[in-house]
Amino acid sequence: MTATAERPSKADTRPKSVVRLGDRVFSTATVLSGSLILVVLVAVALFLIVQSIPALTAKPGEIPQGAKSFWDYVGPLVFGTIWAALLALIIATPLALGIALFISHYAPRRISQLLGYIIDLLAAVPSVVFGLWGVLVLAPFIQPFYSTLVDKLGWIPLFAGPVSGTGKTILTASIVLAVMILPIMTAVMREIFLQAPRLHEEAALALGATRFEMIQMAVLPFARSGMVSAIMLGLGRALGETLAIAIVLSPAAVVNLHLLTSQNPNTIAANIALQFNEAQGVGLNTLIASGLILFVITLLVNMAARFVVNRRKDFSGAN
Amino acid sequence: MNIKRVGSIAAIAIVGAIALSSCASNEGGAGTGSSAGSSDLSGTINGIGSSAQQAAETAWASAFQQANADANVNYDPQGSGAGRTSFISGAADFAGSDAALSDEELKSTFAGCAADSKAIDLPVYISPIAIAYNVDGLTDLTLDADTIAGIFKGTITKWNDAAITKLNPDAKLPSAAITVVHRSDDSGTTFNFSQYLASQAKSVWTEEASQTFPYSVGDAAKGGSGVADAAKNSKNSITYLDDSAVGDLSVAKLMVGGTATELSADGAAAVVSKSPLVEGRADNDLAINIDRTLTDKGDWPLVLVSYIIACDTYKDSAKGNLVKAYATYAASADGQKAAAEQAKSAELTSDLASKVATAAATIK
Repeated sequence: MTATAERPSKADTRPKSVVRLGDRVFSTATVLSGSLILVVLVAVALFLIVQSIPALTAKPGEIPQGAKSFWDYVGPLVFGTIWAALLALIIATPLALGIALFISHYAPRRISQLLGYIIDLLAAVPSVVFGLWGVLVLAPFIQPFYSTLVDKLGWIPLFAGPVSGTGKTILTASIVLAVMILPIMTAVMREIFLQAPRLHEEAALALGATRFEMIQMAVLPFARSGMVSAIMLGLGRALGETLAIAIVLSPAAVVNLHLLTSQNPNTIAANIALQFNEAQGVGLNTLIASGLILFVITLLVNMAARFVVNRRKDFSGAN
Repeated sequence: MNIKRVGSIAAIAIVGAIALSSCASNEGGAGTGSSAGSSDLSGTINGIGSSAQQAAETAWASAFQQANADANVNYDPQGSGAGRTSFISGAADFAGSDAALSDEELKSTFAGCAADSKAIDLPVYISPIAIAYNVDGLTDLTLDADTIAGIFKGTITKWNDAAITKLNPDAKLPSAAITVVHRSDDSGTTFNFSQYLASQAKSVWTEEASQTFPYSVGDAAKGGSGVADAAKNSKNSITYLDDSAVGDLSVAKLMVGGTATELSADGAAAVVSKSPLVEGRADNDLAINIDRTLTDKGDWPLVLVSYIIACDTYKDSAKGNLVKAYATYAASADGQKAAAEQAKSAELTSDLASKVATAAATIK
């Protein structure tokens, strides 16, 4: 805003800015690392595309598991990937919102700090540990509930039987996924909530709002774009999660919305992890091609997130 | 401050590098330096392949390195398919594989082998496959091929099904649903299991033998230990897995030619030993065509054979000598005993072991 006040004619008389060696080195280094990202991305995309071609052009019979074409093979996997991530988001979003609000606006400072640390610690647990916990502890523990659900509410398509005897269902996998994406979502939301303008909050309270009303009026509208980006970050992680799903889920090549049966749609990443070891020939190309599809899906999700965040940014004030 | 920080990171990196590199040769701790050195073998060979062989390969490699101080054997259990591919491309000096080389694979050019020399299959690892179950109060169960096929195909769904009660008139079978557990990853165990059923229960098991479990039945779990856990953690479950992974589960008896047979390592080894070799192969190629129809007393035809795949003649003769010595050790009585202790595999019969030794001796 001050720039417009300056006269162009005066620019010539200003002292020339000094450029030292450190500036040169530093700016070159940043440019290099910035372009390296693009190079890596292009290299990965190229590798995926080149290796995918044999699978995309394969004749029926060459694709594993008796699929008629590559799209026939990858269809259930795409569905499973999105379905599992969606379920995880449905579980994790309200939880993350609640935890973040509790930490930022309800808890006494000491407890909120401690809780913050614990949530961050959760993010440091490797996914294989979550996977083992899911399959050894959660699945056997939760299986009796599944049995009851199917017995009592089996007429709802989501809870249709026959119930899985091991509890290794897509719902269990999604619960594990939800626990895994909770830390990142909570951390982002907490930061946004803490940034809500103090003046707005106090104004709301001064007008006689209760604390809940204050959060409704002053915090949530301000944080909307941040919440969207938190959800998208969680979704991104859920889409790509591999090992935990590979260990927990009992997969089959199916498309269904049943949460509690043994025949669950698998995710792309978990399928690659499971089949890669023994894959050969076109089977290997098929797996890489399914990786390309996952690449495209995550790219689209991230672009959608960007779009939403940018659109909201102008009138939310969160920038 | 900055220098200090960089320094400490560097220190960690250096310590890490030293710690990691010192693990590279997996010799056992006891007196490697003094007792070794009795041979002139030296160099490093790298194997890639079957994860079923991993425990056995580790046992062989550590004993082999103790006997030959300058030799180094690395085994990377990436899977049989990966092992064969890497061996053909020359990335691995030998492959561990749950299946012998196919005829098409034999036609390819082996990058590590001398010109117009081919690869050979040496059976070194035999693992009986168990039908294991977890049913409260049931410790004695006999099944035949048709019943197993029915259960794993999903046509027999209750434990007190007529087909099972007929085979087990004295057992207390619950009227509960059977929870079938099978592998979710492709595996040699599934291949041998389905090959047995495809040949012995033709009328029920109409799919061909395959590495992927063919039917949409029951729960799937990753790896042998995965199916064992899944079966243990659920009630009224049944699964198939390598005998070494059975753990606390009960193992069913198998009807072999009209007699209920208990799983035994000897029975499995006997079946492999009596089976014919694949026809049309070189004399020193011992690819085995497992005979699933054998019915002698004690025979256990539900068995997996895993091979070491090596060049007949190596480009690098030093490598050839090392692989020759290593394969010879693996098939020897000592090697088989070490594998049986470590991996609970079945030892080769002396008959087959001597054949493998003869074939291994031709490696150059």
